[in-house]
Amino acid sequence: MRFLTLALVAVACVAAPARSDELTGTLKKIKETGIITLGYRESSVPFSYLDDKQQPVGFALDICRKIVDAVKTELKLEKLDVKLNPVTSATRIPLLANGTVDLECGSTTNNLDRQKQVAYTNTHFLTATRLVTKKSANIKSLDDLKGKTIVSTAGTTNIKQMNELNTAKKLGMTILSGKDHAESFLMVETDRAVAFAMDDILLASLVASSKDPAAFEISKDALSPAEPYGIMLPKNDPAFKKVADEATAAFYKSDGPALFKKWFQQPIPPKGLNLNFALSPQLEKMLSSPKDSPDPAAY
Amino acid sequence: MEDRKRRGHPMKYNWNWGVFWEASPEGTGTYGELLIAGLGWTIVTALCAWILALAIGTTVGVMRTLPSKWANILAACWVELFRNIPILVQLFVWFYVVPELLPKAWGTAIKQMPNAAFVTAVVGLGFATSARVAEQVRAGIQSLPAGQAMAASALGLTLPQAYRHVLLPRAFRVVLPPLTSEFLNLIKNTSVGLTIGLLELTARARSMQEYSAQVFEAFTAATLLYLLLNVVVVSAVRALERRVAIPGQVGT
Repeated sequence: MRFLTLALVAVACVAAPARSDELTGTLKKIKETGIITLGYRESSVPFSYLDDKQQPVGFALDICRKIVDAVKTELKLEKLDVKLNPVTSATRIPLLANGTVDLECGSTTNNLDRQKQVAYTNTHFLTATRLVTKKSANIKSLDDLKGKTIVSTAGTTNIKQMNELNTAKKLGMTILSGKDHAESFLMVETDRAVAFAMDDILLASLVASSKDPAAFEISKDALSPAEPYGIMLPKNDPAFKKVADEATAAFYKSDGPALFKKWFQQPIPPKGLNLNFALSPQLEKMLSSPKDSPDPAAY
Repeated sequence: MEDRKRRGHPMKYNWNWGVFWEASPEGTGTYGELLIAGLGWTIVTALCAWILALAIGTTVGVMRTLPSKWANILAACWVELFRNIPILVQLFVWFYVVPELLPKAWGTAIKQMPNAAFVTAVVGLGFATSARVAEQVRAGIQSLPAGQAMAASALGLTLPQAYRHVLLPRAFRVVLPPLTSEFLNLIKNTSVGLTIGLLELTARARSMQEYSAQVFEAFTAATLLYLLLNVVVVSAVRALERRVAIPGQVGT
């Protein structure tokens, strides 16, 4: 009996460090619980949103599911449960930091301030700030906005850029701040503001789902360099990031254009809208040579 | 030990309490100044809305105790309308719906008013709170012994004089504590103004966490500022209660 106890202790001493060498952080947690949790947004069309059956779907979720498959293979699991957890722009970082969600699948800009809290896998989209206006307002360039009222969403990099442009070019615009994209767009619809400055892809989906899409136009000129969107994962977890990076890189190269077509150029749920968003050469390059850099100049 | 480490997930959060002294990207100063500016809007909005709420609430509350049946019905409608609709919905209606219902020129004038969000928030919150103030005032008046009104009229006071010199001064003393709660609620309700673009304290905390990614610091600071503001209000009202107290009366 005593010998048996000693033997067990000895085995435990040898086995324990060996196991923790193999797996750390998120991968270890997933292996032990058999669950991976994806964070999703409720209305970031077409990246991450709820369809007519209240199920999260979207471009970013499809990518996340590929990462889940890679994690399952990496950990040699027979079964891996996927839990879905809604996040908002205010909760996504805390929920990732405290381990409630393992991957945030949405439309989060990859920048250096956020990298103090989280890490990003390969960029899945590039977006620039553009303006949406009513065609009847006849706004062709930034100069047409002199002295006018415009809107952007509170707390976005876009509103920051508009403030900078306003001061630098002495445009004398009044800049309102909307609570979320839907309310900012409503301010243009109800003529409280002549233009809404936002990420072009979000504007495309707002226009496509509006009552009268033909009444609006999105400016040709971009007001900012293209910013990268990335899927967030916990900071300081190189093993997990490696699995995610390899899975996304392989997926973007093989199926990236097809996936892009599915969400940006074909009817999507719930109402069968088609965003008709072109695959620019820049986006094509992003898919063929995947990167996780927060620097717009890298793309 | 090993077991506990494995189950517990360490919080991966980079605390930075120095963030309040860092420059905010809006270019108007530090993050701390951003929040203080928000606190300023919260205070101004709450005070303006409170003045409106007290003025309308007192009138409507008095109407509910008048002998006139029509005054009663009108006042009851006001109260039920404004206290039974969520404040979020009321602000949305004032901001987005009402200007569309008005003649086009008026609607456009309202929409292009400078500080439209502030004015709308004051009106919306003031009206919503007035319904609650009216109920407090009515309760205060009805809590007084019936003999008070009779004595006033026996002294030869007209009805307005009886309210002005006898009923209201006593009723307000009775309802001062619940009115304080209403004011504290109003201060917190100003945060609903962010839905129509009012850049008050909560809106600034949300902006700050979006820019800096320091979520917990931003909301902790906002929480402490609300707490501080409410403590100041409570202390001020306590002092007021002591000053206006009539020795030996209820509610003192």
